[in-house]
Amino acid sequence: MNSSTKNQDPRSQKNIQNFSSSKFPNFDICIIGGGPAGLEAGIVAKELDANVIIIDDNPVLGGQLIKQTHKFFGSKAHYCGVRGIDIAKILTDMVDELKIDVLNNATVVGYYDDDTLGVLKEDKLFPIKAKIYIFAAGASENMLVFENSDLPGVYGAGAVQTMMNVYGVVPGKRALVIGSGNIGLIVPYQLLQAGVEVAAIIEILDKIGGYYVHAAKIKRAGVPIYLRHTIIQAKGKDCVEAAVITQVGDKFENLKGTEKTIECDMILIAIGLSPLCELLYQAGCRIDYVPELGGNVPYHNENMMTSKSHIFVCGDLACIEEASTAMLEGKIAGAKAYETLYKENKKSNEIIVQANKELSNIRSSPFEQRILSGKEKMR
Amino acid sequence: MKGYITEHPILEFKRGKKVKFYFEDKEIEGYEGLPIAAALHAAGIRVLSISERYNRPRGFFCAVGKCSSCLMEVDGNSNVMVCMEPLRSGMRVRRQKGKGQKQ
Repeated sequence: MNSSTKNQDPRSQKNIQNFSSSKFPNFDICIIGGGPAGLEAGIVAKELDANVIIIDDNPVLGGQLIKQTHKFFGSKAHYCGVRGIDIAKILTDMVDELKIDVLNNATVVGYYDDDTLGVLKEDKLFPIKAKIYIFAAGASENMLVFENSDLPGVYGAGAVQTMMNVYGVVPGKRALVIGSGNIGLIVPYQLLQAGVEVAAIIEILDKIGGYYVHAAKIKRAGVPIYLRHTIIQAKGKDCVEAAVITQVGDKFENLKGTEKTIECDMILIAIGLSPLCELLYQAGCRIDYVPELGGNVPYHNENMMTSKSHIFVCGDLACIEEASTAMLEGKIAGAKAYETLYKENKKSNEIIVQANKELSNIRSSPFEQRILSGKEKMR
Repeated sequence: MKGYITEHPILEFKRGKKVKFYFEDKEIEGYEGLPIAAALHAAGIRVLSISERYNRPRGFFCAVGKCSSCLMEVDGNSNVMVCMEPLRSGMRVRRQKGKGQKQ
């Protein structure tokens, strides 16, 4: 039995005492989140010779890369043509090779006044202190509200992707996907690969949100994409058995008489993500509302530094984008964190210049104009 | 075992050993080390808890330990996040009602 289920509450008085008396080593740089952004930040900082620890709440590193079976593209320099799952392995191997300290299965549950993190691992709560923190905690999937949207069977699209590609379990037989961004286009394709039927993808806007390549693939597979459609109801007693969709008008109002019932036992919500800012609120960092970047996001400058000079952010926590840009932002955060602690040197400078060059390459695409204007707004 | 992907064009699944555990006192099989939620869904169980006020069925939402929609009672402990908690032999898993039982 896992020890985390042994005690009633790991935050009990006994463990809090452990917290204050425990002597955990001090680090130069502590990275929260072992996904693409956090791993690159850690690798860069360690290569520059900083003392680094990466904390992650999963048993394995890689974040959401571990479920991404599709090949990356867009950036020539950055893992173009490599599958997400393989990028996770490359990065994890580098972390091993560099002997970076990693704390797996550990959740950062608080940021305290004396700039200490409270870390919960199994049934122990203990502090970790570092001179600089890089938050790369990622984002969580957005929920959509409609009648019976709380029924089992209404799942995050990424959640089903995790179940299917990491654990090899598909929680249904026929899916309806809400949203045609990249996740809404990729996950149904992967469902087909796993032998699951996909009834349709619906999109409230009048155009597909994700990349053309992904859309073309799923269309070729015979899955219809209904534009200007939304879901109004899930049907079913204990679990989803069907969904009712409707066409929408110019003001996104439901058009009466256009309702259609689609048989499905899974409704996959792929309408976007929200950055996981909680710890940054606690740390007193400035949080801005920038819809282009995903809603409430920690303010950060071009060096990925927040309103506090010892706290950096990168990846989806800084703005909802994609793994390739997350990795580049991670590099910048890692190198800048090092420079803040020590001094700028030729190597750190080169890393930052190169990463910025690649970032502006990717962001020159019309798809990325939204991100650029969001970042501009924040400055 | 039924409910698991066996053939996949890209992925190969390495699974732990088969173990027995209990859902609502009924014996089921699952793979050790996979999250409890994965084992339940492979066995066709999708209702993980019952909501506090209106007794509505609840399932998982995020599957990555962020949303708390999958809290169940495991070995008498309430609020165990079953999308993250690894399965072990002999575990007793129950649907949680509301906030769970007092301990």
